[in-house]
Amino acid sequence: MIHIFQAYGGTLLYGLGQTLLCSVIALVFSLILGTFFALLEESPNKFGRVVARIYIEVFRNIPLLVITMFFYVVFPLYVIKMNGFTAGTIGLTLYTSAFIAETVRAGIGSVDPGQMEGARANGLSFWQAMRFIILPQAFRYVIPPLGNQFVNLVKNSSTLAFVGGFDLMYQGNVIASNSLQTIAAYASVGVLYLIITLPISYYMRYLEKRLA
Amino acid sequence: MLQNFIGAYSPDNLRYLFGGLGITLLVSVVSIVGSFIIGSILGIIRYVKIKYVSAIIGVIIDVIRNLPLILILFFTYFGLPNLGVKPEIIPAAILAMTIFESTMLAEIVRSGIQAVDSGQMEGARANGLTYWQGLWYIVLPQALNKMIPAIVSQFISLVKDTSLATIILLPEMLYRSQIIYGQNTNYIIPMFLAIAVMYFIVCYLLSVLARYLEKRQA
Repeated sequence: MIHIFQAYGGTLLYGLGQTLLCSVIALVFSLILGTFFALLEESPNKFGRVVARIYIEVFRNIPLLVITMFFYVVFPLYVIKMNGFTAGTIGLTLYTSAFIAETVRAGIGSVDPGQMEGARANGLSFWQAMRFIILPQAFRYVIPPLGNQFVNLVKNSSTLAFVGGFDLMYQGNVIASNSLQTIAAYASVGVLYLIITLPISYYMRYLEKRLA
Repeated sequence: MLQNFIGAYSPDNLRYLFGGLGITLLVSVVSIVGSFIIGSILGIIRYVKIKYVSAIIGVIIDVIRNLPLILILFFTYFGLPNLGVKPEIIPAAILAMTIFESTMLAEIVRSGIQAVDSGQMEGARANGLTYWQGLWYIVLPQALNKMIPAIVSQFISLVKDTSLATIILLPEMLYRSQIIYGQNTNYIIPMFLAIAVMYFIVCYLLSVLARYLEKRQA
């Protein structure tokens, strides 16, 4: 395994960088999208609730790979050319946003309904109450599951390997087929994934325990 | 456009696609059964704290849980032959899925057991049951009730994750759709629509089941 790092260190680091870059971009946008759809689903607007429900159910129940392949195969034909990295990141964002929406919604649900009633009784509008009273309290409950979503996101970013996204998994394959030492190559890639994911999931478990 | 759909959904193509659905379901069901059994055992071992054994199993579970499934698929299909074992495609896919999902389930089982009030075990022991009897007759049935929704949603991701096995050429739905639209690029949209709908139906039915079980329990 050490010789794999010596011989292919640069390639692996580049892959790690691509994986992290894609994960962070997808996290930021899926947080925005996910929170938006969670609020939409909790909103008093009936049409908005239906739209949010459909969005969440569609992206939760279709495999990430199918979504990614859709952007990689169909979009260039009819809409706009995009490389594997972009297609993979868009797929990852949409897929994760549905899960984040569910998480945020559960967080909003765990805030005592009296908080909203109190805020409304004090003259705040629904959206003001959401923004200033409910969301700050919900945020606390949502941090551990969101952290776990980020771990999933990093793991799921390996679908970029299918579409030539040059991420860690892709480079691992290249190294495995160049060096023919498949076990050492995949083990090295595994170690790099664990360096990102293990600390986060242990920290989230610690936070969960402290919150409980 | 309509022509494309009619051409894409010819009886032969549909039969081929449904065959892929069959393989998706076969791999899913076998992995679900396998990972439920193995995951429960691992989760219980991790909970009961057998000296050294539980700690080592805990570390292994955490490591596998935090790796991408694709990596495990590659490892079983391309890595194992270097160790002298050469699994066929379908067993390799089932093996990888089972290993990965068992660790996921082990965590669900462990936290499910932990969520049962500790007074239950104390009461069982006070009534003369042994530790294992208390676990089996008193704690586990209550824990199972609590964790059913989480288990079902884990199975939903298992069904979706079978699509990743295209990468080791498992001839399931996604792979077969690629073969079909590889012959005629006009079939791309109909094929994506078809597999998206099929995955959606399977997973949505499972999530309806999860919600029903959640409500019944509450």
